[in-house]
Amino acid sequence: MRGVPVLGLSPRVAVALGLFVAAMLALPFFVNDYIVSVLVVVLFAAYFGQSWNIMTGFAGQLSLGHALYVGLGAYTSAALFVHFGVPPWLGMPAGMAVAAVAGSLIAALSFRFRVGGVYFALLTIAFAEFTRILFDHFKWVGATEGLFLPVANLAHQDLLRLRGSPRMFYYFLLALTLGALGLSHLLLNRRIGYYWQAIREDEEAAQALGINVFRCKVLAMALSAALTALGGGFLAFYDNNLYPDTVFAIGRSVEIITAPIIGGLGTLFGPILGAFLLTTLGETMTSLTSGVEIDGLKQWLYGAALLAIVALQPAGIWPWLRRVIGLETRR
Amino acid sequence: MSAPLLEVRGLSKRFRGLQAVDGVSFAVPRGGIVALIGPNGAGKTTTFNLIAGVIAPDSGNVLLDGVDITGLRPDQACHAGIGRTFQLVRPFGALSVLENVMVGALRATADMRVARDAACAILERLGLADKAEAPAKSLTLPERKRLETARALATRPKILLLDEVMAGLRPTEIDQMVAAFSALARETGIAILLTEHVMRAVMALSHHIVVLHHGQKICEGTPEQVTRDPQVLECYFGTSITPSPLEGEGGEGGTPKPH
Repeated sequence: MRGVPVLGLSPRVAVALGLFVAAMLALPFFVNDYIVSVLVVVLFAAYFGQSWNIMTGFAGQLSLGHALYVGLGAYTSAALFVHFGVPPWLGMPAGMAVAAVAGSLIAALSFRFRVGGVYFALLTIAFAEFTRILFDHFKWVGATEGLFLPVANLAHQDLLRLRGSPRMFYYFLLALTLGALGLSHLLLNRRIGYYWQAIREDEEAAQALGINVFRCKVLAMALSAALTALGGGFLAFYDNNLYPDTVFAIGRSVEIITAPIIGGLGTLFGPILGAFLLTTLGETMTSLTSGVEIDGLKQWLYGAALLAIVALQPAGIWPWLRRVIGLETRR
Repeated sequence: MSAPLLEVRGLSKRFRGLQAVDGVSFAVPRGGIVALIGPNGAGKTTTFNLIAGVIAPDSGNVLLDGVDITGLRPDQACHAGIGRTFQLVRPFGALSVLENVMVGALRATADMRVARDAACAILERLGLADKAEAPAKSLTLPERKRLETARALATRPKILLLDEVMAGLRPTEIDQMVAAFSALARETGIAILLTEHVMRAVMALSHHIVVLHHGQKICEGTPEQVTRDPQVLECYFGTSITPSPLEGEGGEGGTPKPH
């Protein structure tokens, strides 16, 4: 079944990916604004999931506090824009740098003192919560009152200052998601990707094979944090308002990890597939329960569906789906 | 005679009240195969861990090729030329057999194609080539043991530390492994230090044997010398009985009998 690989992908996967990209590019021309805004939510989830997947799916270090990096990216680029008029294309790299430094520090501290597994996960939550409370009192970025960006004129797309319609954001996020996909693919097929997976599978064995486990784990965290912060920058300019209690919310951290877990932890396409499934599921539940006056019915159904997926396909939907549709590849 | 490849000088390690390794010294020459034997708890695995950098010794030195590698981290020891296997096999389960070995091969190169070719050659040598694409978790125990060795070998070590790679194997499988390691040492010049309970393998493979008991070296020499040593006989069998009982399949914790 092996043909000529395209960019290291088997021909079938390459064709499927090509069709997917073409469909995504064309989609906004055929659907209304509401659907576009739903798709933006999907792409945010896919992108954040991909960023998180590098650290947890590839390198095996469980982070439950990724909202921290979303927030650092969002607040850095938004504050630079609001206070100094710095365009987002400069503000977002700044946010990525801030998040990378924060991620490296947390990772270095934890791994230096051999905090691992669930204790490391707890620590990631703690840092996200500390930061949320810190920002609640951080007057320069509005504290609990929030930080606001000037509302966009939706008829006019200002690419330089990221002021525009959901359609504009849709294309930016599509590019971001595909970029993260390409980057993930590249990383997995390099030495660092092999080393991350070795560490995920067995740290001690990895170290015996000459891998500097500490450095590799810190690198995974820094990269994952920086990518997450880039998404956070786009989120700030899309939402136009930032409150510490929503940006740094623990619920956001949980949302970030749900899509890749449902889609397939550590896989290339899992986070994207998971994001589509979950958002579609959520929307379907909303419309199904819209006429029913039972509190929390939507959440009940949503939770039941998640449970069913996790129970039936614990490795995620993508590993199962690629078997079913005959895209069996190594990953 | 040239300087030994690996030299262990007065190595000691104490765990709480237990002196696990007590002033152990020995050497492994280039291309030599040395066995570290002794009853359970004699300090064999601790000695391995001290050499491979998993734990730091309280005193003593480890010299590899004339370089002091005492107290290095395991990854640094690996870069210095120590390749080790684990007594309880630790494959990267989700990765393929080839990918497992490539992780080792990437120690010496960042070029994926070079690493892949090197890994393939090693799989070929250890008879795992037909399993290259299989997930490591699907392997049988003997295959896992070979994978463990293949991975360590891929790091291009100067010396290979084999921690009970024969345990749990059938006699025919042991004979295959013995043949493979003999050929390896002969053809590549890699030195081998092994701990082993399977006397059949120890006797067939090693040029030199070091016997540990309660963390101390009680005897060393050729297989013939060691099997005649009264102290060795005593620690394995209590008071000395008939001579050279270590020959063949017997020995403490020896080959499990096939069902």
